[in-house]
Amino acid sequence: MTIHLTIVIFLPLAGALVGAFLPAARSHWGALAGSVGAALYAVVMSFDFDRSVDGLQYVTDDAWISELGIRWSLGVDGLNLWLIVLTALLWVGAIVYAWRAERFRHRQKPRLFWFHFALAETAVLGALCAQDLALFVFFFDLMLVPFFFLIGQWGEEGRVAATTKMVIYTLVGSLLMLAGAIALGVLATPEGGDISFSLAVLQERTVGEGTQQWIFLMFAAAFLVKAPVFPLHGWMPDAYRAAPLPVLVVFSAVVSKVGVYGFLRIVLPVLPDASVHFQEVMLAFAVVSILYGSVIAFAQDDTRLVVGYSSIAQLGFILLGIFALDDKGAQGAVMQMVNHGLVAAGLFFAIAALARRADGSELLSRMGGIAFRAPVLAAMLLILAFANLAMPGTANFVGELLILFGTFEDHLTWGLIAAFGVVLASVYMIRFFIRAMHNRQGPGVQSKEACLLEIGVIAPVVAIVVALGVYPQVILEGTEKAVAQAVPHPETSTIEAGPAPAGEGPVGPPEAYNPEDFQR
Amino acid sequence: VIDLLVIAKVEGPEIDYEGIAPLFALAGGAVIVLMVSLFRGAFVQRVLVPALTLASLGAALGLTIWQWETGDLEPIVENALAVDTLALGAGLLFYAAAILTVALSLRAEAVRIAGSGEYFALLLSSVAGMVVLAAAENLVTLFVGLELLSIPLYALCATELYRGTSLESGLKYLIVGSLGSATLLYGLAMIYGATGATDFGAIATAIGETVGIDDPLLLVGIGLAAAGLAFKASVAPFHQWTPDVYQGAPTPITAFMATATKVAAFAVILRLFDHALAIEQLNWGPALAALAAVTIIVGNVGALFQRSLKRLLAWSGVAQAGYLLAGVVVGTELGLKATYFYLAVYLLMNMAAFAVVIARERVSETGDDLRSFEGLGQASPLLAWPMTIAMLALAGFPATAGFIGKFYLIDAAVAGEYTWLGVMIVVGSMISLAYYLRVVAVMWMGGVEVELPGGRKVRPVGGWSPEADPRAQPEVVTVAVVCAAATIFFGLVPSPLFDLARDVASSFANLA
Repeated sequence: MTIHLTIVIFLPLAGALVGAFLPAARSHWGALAGSVGAALYAVVMSFDFDRSVDGLQYVTDDAWISELGIRWSLGVDGLNLWLIVLTALLWVGAIVYAWRAERFRHRQKPRLFWFHFALAETAVLGALCAQDLALFVFFFDLMLVPFFFLIGQWGEEGRVAATTKMVIYTLVGSLLMLAGAIALGVLATPEGGDISFSLAVLQERTVGEGTQQWIFLMFAAAFLVKAPVFPLHGWMPDAYRAAPLPVLVVFSAVVSKVGVYGFLRIVLPVLPDASVHFQEVMLAFAVVSILYGSVIAFAQDDTRLVVGYSSIAQLGFILLGIFALDDKGAQGAVMQMVNHGLVAAGLFFAIAALARRADGSELLSRMGGIAFRAPVLAAMLLILAFANLAMPGTANFVGELLILFGTFEDHLTWGLIAAFGVVLASVYMIRFFIRAMHNRQGPGVQSKEACLLEIGVIAPVVAIVVALGVYPQVILEGTEKAVAQAVPHPETSTIEAGPAPAGEGPVGPPEAYNPEDFQR
Repeated sequence: VIDLLVIAKVEGPEIDYEGIAPLFALAGGAVIVLMVSLFRGAFVQRVLVPALTLASLGAALGLTIWQWETGDLEPIVENALAVDTLALGAGLLFYAAAILTVALSLRAEAVRIAGSGEYFALLLSSVAGMVVLAAAENLVTLFVGLELLSIPLYALCATELYRGTSLESGLKYLIVGSLGSATLLYGLAMIYGATGATDFGAIATAIGETVGIDDPLLLVGIGLAAAGLAFKASVAPFHQWTPDVYQGAPTPITAFMATATKVAAFAVILRLFDHALAIEQLNWGPALAALAAVTIIVGNVGALFQRSLKRLLAWSGVAQAGYLLAGVVVGTELGLKATYFYLAVYLLMNMAAFAVVIARERVSETGDDLRSFEGLGQASPLLAWPMTIAMLALAGFPATAGFIGKFYLIDAAVAGEYTWLGVMIVVGSMISLAYYLRVVAVMWMGGVEVELPGGRKVRPVGGWSPEADPRAQPEVVTVAVVCAAATIFFGLVPSPLFDLARDVASSFANLA
């Protein structure tokens, strides 16, 4: 079966453009139809995806701007398959929520809202599917435009300052990446060869180690800000507070993953020597983020920021797994990207539900005491909280375990410090749950059970979280081969390793984690 | 007696009338426009004169396309003017800018005050000057072209006679511009003194043969000439006149200066550095690169705190001149292509922005202040969208032609071993975000308070009234929408512009 990724990418935008010609009150149908179409297509793709095949599937590779060597090159493998499915599904949920929730129903200029919302989905899907560096940069920067408007036009208090801050922060990184990407393309071009930004081509063409290093720093700037990782997270609290909730759901769940995904897709394969060179620095970033995010999340009163800072910690874990430069760690990172995307989305939907009961307030100090009257909501939040703190039995546990295994292999110290973050996660998540659901009833809190809309958006997320907890192999199976291709192995690429001693076979990459071993 | 007459007959230069035809169309157009405007009547003044101006520009445009041919210089007036694809390609941009300027001027105050014949005739002569300048093959013609381009502009800047700032703008431009011209002329004289030739071709051969490149007279001459051209292109540190003049001049003229004059200046800069002095790129490259870097920083920092949109666009124009210079610095064919590509894109982006400024300042009591743009997204999306696209494109966001243009320039800079200049371009873009995004934020993200008839809600400031409807000036809105649409179109399908740039680059066979 052929799946046309171009169609998946542009369905949401096409839907919104159709919606733009409908009456304003009905314009959501266009966006909804487009995103549902993309989601169905993505789900079909996930079933059709052949896990035994090495390399990219559903490849589209056409000339786009041949003068600059930019190709319209898309493809799916184990690294991005589940992120694409996650993106497509979450967008449907967010659109349904933004359409039905009374708090967001009376918005100014609905057609424009849906247009930006759909453009954001198209840009994110494009960045995830892109197999050409320039195309990736194109979509990566394009993502910012709709979010700039979504936060700035329909956000909460302080939105203009927050959105400007966010765009400038992220674009500082992204523009450096643009320069780095162009430089990489030009400098890697051999004498007389044609310039190409195709990731496959760039992986074969090499540039000198010094060049790799400064280009690495430019890419890292873009991806670390996007993630965000301490200390480059300065835009995060303002943007999270100001973003409208449906926007925040997709922003926190998916957009932040595109940054770390960029490391796996681009930086590790294309700049292997520099990745090895900066490994320790990146591990330090990761571990500091884990500790910092966890500690600050504990001290927050604003529920959005609890989840926001917890995201910093979780993305620290993902970064740790990637820069363990170990197949297991990277597999864990891929898994954790999907897991955290789901959990973050579910938590933000739950925050919206909690705020509806706490007189619109999203502060923990004004919530509490609703668990008895709203057991379904409480149960769903509990599952999400457990997943976020990586309770055994959830897929997050598997993901974090793999990451830590990968790290322990060569970097025991970093791994041990990071493991402390797992403990901290349970501290802040349990505090979050207790303050939101139990304790004394907050002022102005009305206990009522989750309504159909809330169940409708949270329950599917919870169901997927539970399902992944039962059967995490579904993600792991596809990633094994993709990860082995992406991750450079310091022990095989360094020169000092020398020839293998007689009697032993050639030194191969360490064995990837085989999901068959993991039978609970 | 007859013998004497025969002897006295001056050998005229050989003229290729086909090649010079666009120039005749412009000069003839200017004369006809001036003559026709002597007749009174609203029809003549408001319809016929602009129509004749457009006809003249259209004829020049058509003739240029008809002559389109890739390759080296082809003399049209021996030893004075020569046409190559760079001249033709620059011509395309001049005519496009002038046609858009005519559309923007139709309801302009300046046209009413100065008289429509005078206004449009001056505009046509200025375009003629640009054509001469871009086609000049000789130091003398170069100077003639420069003056023919500048003097009408000095007058046009001051056409809003009753407004002090317009007069100030004209006077300032006259003084600073004359200083620039004098510097250039001095430089040209020294180049002539050093090489003994006024032809570009002869100068290029003389350098290295009869006179060394380290000849002080020649070096000073080149430096002064470059400074004179930098005045016109508003390259730092010769940019100080730009914000004042741009702000004071009637806005259609500002738009014309910002786009067409920049194209003309860069056409000459390209010809001087990438053609006549191309062999010496290693020597002048670093100096020009330093100028580019300074220009990028100065322009972007200068724009940061501007509230007047015209000043903001002036400073942004300075910064963009810095980006453009990066394409010249490398002295490669790729650089030339990138520069031309960006010039074309720059024209579109700026015209869209200036058209919106014109539409707003005509109805708002706060003029071109940022306040006139508050809530524009609510009140008239037809103006807000072009402005948004122009701002995002100038900042270099993807899916606009500005992204491709910057991509191309950085590509050229890195390939020409000026990677640091490529990084300077992105650093400049970072700074520029702060002011471009502010304009966008003001338009879309303000509060809304007052409801207009028809249910649209707007803010009660910045001259909002039902008469302020953009539909009252359709030609301005059309310019804005068309330029913005083209900016998006060329951001997604840039190949037509790439083809154009490739043809233009074929004019300099010497480049690598």
